[in-house]
Amino acid sequence: MSRTLPSVLVLALDTSSAACVAAVVEHAEGHAGRRECVLAQRSVVAGRRHGELLAPLLSSVLADAGQQVHDVDAVAVGVGPGPFTGLRVGVVTATALGQALGVPVHGVCSLDAIGAALPGRVAVAGDARRREVYWAAYEDGKRVAGPAVDRPQVLLELGVDRVVGAGATLYAEVLSGLADPTGPQYPSPVLVAHLALGTAGAAGAEGLPGTAGPDRLSPAPPIPLYLRRPDAVLPGPAKRVTA
Amino acid sequence: MRDVTGPLVLGIETSCDETGVGLVRAGTVVGQALASSVDEHARFGGVVPEVAARAHVEAMPGTVAAALAAAGASPADVDAVAVTAGPGLAGALLVGLAAAKAYALALDVPLFGVNHLAAHVAVDTLEHGPLPEQCVALLVSGGHTSLLRVDDLARGELARLGSTVDDAAGEAFDKVARVLGLPFPGGPPIDAAAVGGDPAYVHFPRGKGSDATFDFSFSGLKTAVARWVEARERAGEPVPVAHVAASFREAVADVLSAKAVVACQDAGVGTLVIGGGVAANARLRTLAEQRCERAGVTLRVPRPSLCTDNGVMVAALGAMQAAAGVTPSPLDLSADPGLPLGGRAA
Repeated sequence: MSRTLPSVLVLALDTSSAACVAAVVEHAEGHAGRRECVLAQRSVVAGRRHGELLAPLLSSVLADAGQQVHDVDAVAVGVGPGPFTGLRVGVVTATALGQALGVPVHGVCSLDAIGAALPGRVAVAGDARRREVYWAAYEDGKRVAGPAVDRPQVLLELGVDRVVGAGATLYAEVLSGLADPTGPQYPSPVLVAHLALGTAGAAGAEGLPGTAGPDRLSPAPPIPLYLRRPDAVLPGPAKRVTA
Repeated sequence: MRDVTGPLVLGIETSCDETGVGLVRAGTVVGQALASSVDEHARFGGVVPEVAARAHVEAMPGTVAAALAAAGASPADVDAVAVTAGPGLAGALLVGLAAAKAYALALDVPLFGVNHLAAHVAVDTLEHGPLPEQCVALLVSGGHTSLLRVDDLARGELARLGSTVDDAAGEAFDKVARVLGLPFPGGPPIDAAAVGGDPAYVHFPRGKGSDATFDFSFSGLKTAVARWVEARERAGEPVPVAHVAASFREAVADVLSAKAVVACQDAGVGTLVIGGGVAANARLRTLAEQRCERAGVTLRVPRPSLCTDNGVMVAALGAMQAAAGVTPSPLDLSADPGLPLGGRAA
């Protein structure tokens, strides 16, 4: 290349699934077009230990990339939907990193960080517990329905050819032939970075179908997508202690 | 800033419904901010963990920014981050821990996970100077009622002398407030309603008041108040709210202050520190003052805004740990909802 493109170093992370995932991606933009370079990515299956595992994972992925934390120009985070406690760890971490570093924080729908890379008509389903799934449907990488939380049977009515994600594995029986256990289980941190910078659909994004429209997959403020209200019951009149 | 010697410590507290951020340098508060979700819980009559956790996420960046602005500091000025690791609500603690780790990671400064109860004691040093070598602490809030012997606060050397076997004292205030038709949280409205009431109007039971332990019990007291009020209602008589509030408050303050003074005498310690939200209660303060004076015990109670949960107390303890050369916490520090005393968060 004749001249150096101005580059943006993105730290991307997601804790909306059973895994903590993170990547360091360099985005460059110039006359020659956009270019993405994945410097490092890591993931760890966290179960319910996102709070313990995320910060060390970020430290490691930065070291793998040969970058210092103060070199980061932007933070990208999956904002769910996903189980609340783990999801909050990622969103709060990203927000605090952005604040401390003085850099922007971009939120991305976590289901998009699976669906945006898939060809054809696909539904992405995550485990929402309580026998439900968090889901969204995609046509060639463009979200056409969701995100929403429902019983897995709802996925049968979407007209998709397959269902991927942890929800597909969990409810393979319900989904009969649609469940695709070979598909991705967790959000891709590289896609989180990619979508956050609004480069979905850009020419030259390696390995990605360039079809996502900016209207459907644009970055959002880093606010968790809970999709459910807190479980709390309004109290009735005080119980009497005497019969 | 008046005193710029010593590290600037950022403290983060999210163990219950208050998002507290404090900045402490050289034993002085240089900035603080507090966001509370108490109004969101009021209609449920108690703190809803998921509501509290969501509110912490929303409030965190703004509260940190407000505390930094109050101190005239920028994030890069922070030399260490301290955070409540427990005890408290698991989901709420996790939000504070994730934020604190991110600040420590981004700023490349040490992280100190601290014990919430120890922080309630540490905050008093900001107002009344260093603690004597040994003291006894009475921590009373909506979630805790504990008597502790404090040997070395910074190193986490605290021994639990006793604690409630059922409801926390503040919880009893909340429940009795509901019986009397007063709003949540119950402490301030009961304190207000008790003005002019006769504290000897009803002699409510002092749970575990005369046993040989330093434990407390407030569940029977709450039931006794409810029974008494219901009997009045059944008889079609008006409930003398001021008298009931004063009599209930007297029962709580009596047993708390009596056991705290005996604990000092028993341990041969000349200083009592009272902390936690219930320490803001007027009657508890008065009764404790009288009894400590009679027993020759020095009483230390921080001002009410430092008694309730806040970030300053966490920063105060973090600063003490840093000064004492305590090893910082690792980035994989866990939230420990039931964090015991006698050991530092690790």
